[in-house]
Amino acid sequence: MTLAVELKNISKIYDNVNALKNVNLKISDGEFFSLLGPSGSGKTTCLKIIAGFEQANQGYVYLFGDEVSNVPPYKRKVNTVFQDYALFPHMSVGQNIGYSLKIRNISKTEQQQQVKEILEIVKLSGYEDRRTNQLSGGQKQRVALARSLINKPKVLLLDEPLGALDLKLREQMQVELKVLQRQFNITFIYVTHDQQEALSMSDRIAVFNEGNIEQVDTPANIYLSPKSSFIANFVGTTNVINKDIASNNFKLTKSFSIRPENISIIKSDKNYDYNCSGSVIESQFQGSLYKIILKTSFNQQFIINSKQPYEINSNIKFGWFEKDIIIFD
Amino acid sequence: MNTITLKKNFFSLISDYAYKNKTFLFITFITPPLAWLGIVYLGSLLILLMHSFFYLDGFTGQIVYKFSFQTLIELFTQRANIDIIIRTIGMASSVTIGSAIIGFPVAYYMAKFTGKKTKAIFYIAVMLPLWSSYLVRVYSWKLILAKEGIINWTFEKLHFSWFLDLVLSLPIIGGPSLSISYIGMFLVFTFIWLPFMIIPIQAALERVPNNLLDASSDLGATPNYTFYKIILPLAMPGIAAGSIFTFSLTLGDYIIPYIIGTSKFFIGQAVYTHQGVAGNIPLAAAFSIVPIIVMGIYIFIAKRLGAFDAL
Repeated sequence: MTLAVELKNISKIYDNVNALKNVNLKISDGEFFSLLGPSGSGKTTCLKIIAGFEQANQGYVYLFGDEVSNVPPYKRKVNTVFQDYALFPHMSVGQNIGYSLKIRNISKTEQQQQVKEILEIVKLSGYEDRRTNQLSGGQKQRVALARSLINKPKVLLLDEPLGALDLKLREQMQVELKVLQRQFNITFIYVTHDQQEALSMSDRIAVFNEGNIEQVDTPANIYLSPKSSFIANFVGTTNVINKDIASNNFKLTKSFSIRPENISIIKSDKNYDYNCSGSVIESQFQGSLYKIILKTSFNQQFIINSKQPYEINSNIKFGWFEKDIIIFD
Repeated sequence: MNTITLKKNFFSLISDYAYKNKTFLFITFITPPLAWLGIVYLGSLLILLMHSFFYLDGFTGQIVYKFSFQTLIELFTQRANIDIIIRTIGMASSVTIGSAIIGFPVAYYMAKFTGKKTKAIFYIAVMLPLWSSYLVRVYSWKLILAKEGIINWTFEKLHFSWFLDLVLSLPIIGGPSLSISYIGMFLVFTFIWLPFMIIPIQAALERVPNNLLDASSDLGATPNYTFYKIILPLAMPGIAAGSIFTFSLTLGDYIIPYIIGTSKFFIGQAVYTHQGVAGNIPLAAAFSIVPIIVMGIYIFIAKRLGAFDAL
């Protein structure tokens, strides 16, 4: 498998803040790779360094084996879809999309032909002459996508491209992005803070936290065996029990986490490896399930799932199995 | 239970009415300034312009209040008057182009590369000249440009006097010294009006999101291409606004041509002399139509070329 992008020992400092701390990353050709993390974790900085908008203070960037650390963006064969689309306001949809073709001196008729084709692919046929300010958010997104894809880049960088769209549209675009990626067979590097999005779309995910990559793995591994309590907490919902509480109440010497879906409410005398009880402080209807938030006598909050609601302050016994807990060092 | 006691006096009733009826509120606030602008300013301007349709009786020197194109025909047919118009428009155009070329890099640096503090310093530096009297600035330029002034002195000390002499020996724009030449006048005009060019361009560039520049580069555009295709078109409303300032201010000015430069008249001076000493208000009025027409044409062309598309 050829490497599309490789980052070696990348560090970036902004105004005395360490945005990236010695980051190493290898992304294979054709992969859908997500950079996941909370805001300020360094994922967007990482993307900008790959695109060339920012230069790393230390380290090297490779694109298909070539070192490009000091190569300006217009000489890199990657294209970017920006968070707020960055469409040129003084150009029509067609001019926006054909911008890179015009730069490469491609003939007018060929330009029109290619713009027409790509507009068909992003389902905006006939929009060539529209002004960009007449478009809805989703349409702007498609134009931005078309503008980046028309170059047939080997690597497409996407900076939270669906962040400004509403839920339904976002879910629809997630599917379309996946389809496009397969159709064009190019590497997608996808920045997002939405763990659901990263889990559902990616081949692999790199989880960022405070300028470090905490784990690079497949979505299933990230979810099922997170390497740190930060990841367990950030990806999906979970209950993280710190070391002190674990050793005082659960006969474990290390911090651990247990996901709500693995906790059962005890009704009969069924045997669980761990038992616990707490009083309900919040009961939220979530559609398919109720999310119950409990507080135990030793002041630990638990989130558990239930098919029925519970009264506030009512006492619930719950338990879980040894095999479902994730232990952290 | 607490109840909110509503005041029911006269003012609160008016305020409630204005809150509900926005047109009433709008009219109340917009009428005084509109009346000032519309009646006092535009009205008197129109009356002045109407005078250009009257004419001066050649024998008595009295204004004849009869509708006639005589004055306007005189304006556009007499060689001396045409020269004044061409001279003024030529100077205004060069000053506008000069200020745009000098002002753009400053504005660009201010908009894209300065932090809060440096930007404040730049603002002050650009605006500071406007804090001193216009006359003081022009007279100090007279001293700077004079034969005994610092520019001449510097050239002399550097043994480059020959270069200055060469420039001043150019036909039309040259002269005996910088302070008595069109070159000197151009320098002073450009300096005096530069803030009016820099600030609008800076404001326009400030509104260009940086990610547009990133996007352009990302799509393969060299910095040069990005400048001509993205930055310049988006800065155009600012350049247009700035050039309207510098162009119209130069068209109407009579102090700089009077203090700096030759004895040849500019439109401002012509208006000043005709309505004052000569008492030829119709011709003065006719002259003052010229900048209005020129600006009208200028803005029309600018709009046609799409200068305001990015507004």
